[in-house]
Amino acid sequence: MTATTQTLSPSMKRRRRARQRRGALYLALLAIGLVAPFVAYPVFLMKILCFALFACAFNLLLGYAGLLSFGHAAFLATGGYVTGYLLSSHPALTPETGILAGTLASLGLGLVFGALAIRRQGIYFAMVTLALAQMVFFFYIQAPFTGGEDGLHGVPRGQLFGLIDLSSNLAMYYFVFAVFVLGFALIQRTVHSPFGQVLKAIRENEPRAVSLGYNVDAYKLVAFVISAGLAGLAGSTKTVVFQLASLTDAHWHMSGEVILMTLLGGVGTLFGPLVGAGLVVSLQTQLAQSPLGNWVSVILGAIFVICVLSFRSGIVGEIQKIVRKNFK
Amino acid sequence: MTMIFGVPLAVFMGQLMLGLINGAFYALLSLGLAVIFGLLKIINFAHGAQYMLGAFAALLGLQYLGINYWLALLLVPLVVGGLGMVIERTILRRIAHLDHLYGLLLTYGLALIFEGTLINFFGVSGASYPVPEALQGGLNLGFMFLPTYRGWVLVAALAVCLGTWFVIERTRLGAYLRAGTENPALMQAFGVNVPQLVTLTYGFGVALAAFAGVLAAPLYPVSPTMGSSLLIVVFAVVVIGGMGSILGAILTGLAMGLVEGLTKVYYPEAANTVIFLVMILVLMLRPAGLFGKEA
Repeated sequence: MTATTQTLSPSMKRRRRARQRRGALYLALLAIGLVAPFVAYPVFLMKILCFALFACAFNLLLGYAGLLSFGHAAFLATGGYVTGYLLSSHPALTPETGILAGTLASLGLGLVFGALAIRRQGIYFAMVTLALAQMVFFFYIQAPFTGGEDGLHGVPRGQLFGLIDLSSNLAMYYFVFAVFVLGFALIQRTVHSPFGQVLKAIRENEPRAVSLGYNVDAYKLVAFVISAGLAGLAGSTKTVVFQLASLTDAHWHMSGEVILMTLLGGVGTLFGPLVGAGLVVSLQTQLAQSPLGNWVSVILGAIFVICVLSFRSGIVGEIQKIVRKNFK
Repeated sequence: MTMIFGVPLAVFMGQLMLGLINGAFYALLSLGLAVIFGLLKIINFAHGAQYMLGAFAALLGLQYLGINYWLALLLVPLVVGGLGMVIERTILRRIAHLDHLYGLLLTYGLALIFEGTLINFFGVSGASYPVPEALQGGLNLGFMFLPTYRGWVLVAALAVCLGTWFVIERTRLGAYLRAGTENPALMQAFGVNVPQLVTLTYGFGVALAAFAGVLAAPLYPVSPTMGSSLLIVVFAVVVIGGMGSILGAILTGLAMGLVEGLTKVYYPEAANTVIFLVMILVLMLRPAGLFGKEA
């Protein structure tokens, strides 16, 4: 008896090893993130991090709850516009207050949209979210505080907590990095919590989750609201970084782009959206400088088609498959 | 002058007419979506792009090949529908066994490709297509002036919608289609070539979009982005009506056009959002849609 309690069973050993490996991976990525601005251009990195957070938020919904939202641009834009408007019109506000307000606005919008959209399933869910987001787009074209077609320019970066000047790109980078790590950690905790397990159960078999007594709609709604809030956080942060908020963020192409990032990186994997966002943003930046600049949307469309036809697990998903096969 | 709630009758009727014509396009496009959805269970995100291709095919046909409007009305749906069948055979069929959301994503990618390619060649500003000679001028209906072409669009769109309804609900081919919608495996067991039926159905849905595109060419500027914004409104129409019924799709499309026209008269600021607001209302009161069957 005593022998069995003291020695670990092989499965527990394997699980512990997996946990150690994961811990090492997180530490390594954290180190890379801290060193990165000395190697690459910080503004480019910040762009990737903002979109990565956006894609991670989207992935929480598609990858773990199985809900395809085609309207996430609305949350990105709402965060951006609210933050941009507040920071431009109230110079006394500190950036973190502006970002918090933008995030809360997206959270609220997510609550309303989520409550409406979860009344339909599957394909209808996608169409409802797309239509609602288009309504938001029209609203932002006409609303007085968004600057219409011109958007908001010259949003001040300000002083973080009234202490740290964010006009230096390096300081700004570490702030964005901290925001991303925070958002990512929240998603990681959500996915690995009992709540996340229920979400996966709903994704796999909704009627069974209902019959087990789970209030499926409540779970879906909470997931939707978290996702919308984090997308808003990404939009707010992006506005502070680039000092502008524009209609591009509200356009449905943006909702499509975040789907592509997630699909390319790997739906339902934690790191997939990060990889996908990095690739798509790099590709767009590279293409914009090349003679192929006008073909960006055609190339993105082609990647979409290829991903769906033959690469549905995405890059991280495929790597996980290989790892699982060879390093059991 | 006769007034209706403070608006001159002629203005009122004019906006209503415009609304009805928009509604005819909503009806044609949502009908195509519903037909495709019925058998393939996918939402054809490329529908707007295919509508746009229809308009462009008519325009280019006129400019380079001298194909006149009437011939275009016949040929373009065949050509674009044929392209649709090729897409179904070569691409959509490969993912038919997967979650239907992949169909949405795939056709979205296709829409990006079509739209982006045409933007590269023709830019985003629209070209205009001349109104055919026989349909120039207008009719004085006494209470309003109706441009002949608009009247023709309404008649043609309604005729095609009702014709489609007749084929699907009243003919043998339509019976196959409906049976295939219910239970494709059983249909195949009875010796019906279901894969062929699927190809034809997709081609037909695409042809409807292309037909709408040719009809729209003399009315609206022909531009690569003309389809995508329209498609999102049509999605809202589809959510409102539900895709369970052919007649339901037609009626909802026309009704939403009228609602939009009325809003333009009384509160123009909300004209491009009113359909989305109706959608929200329907989602709250009758989540399955007005003609929907699912719970």
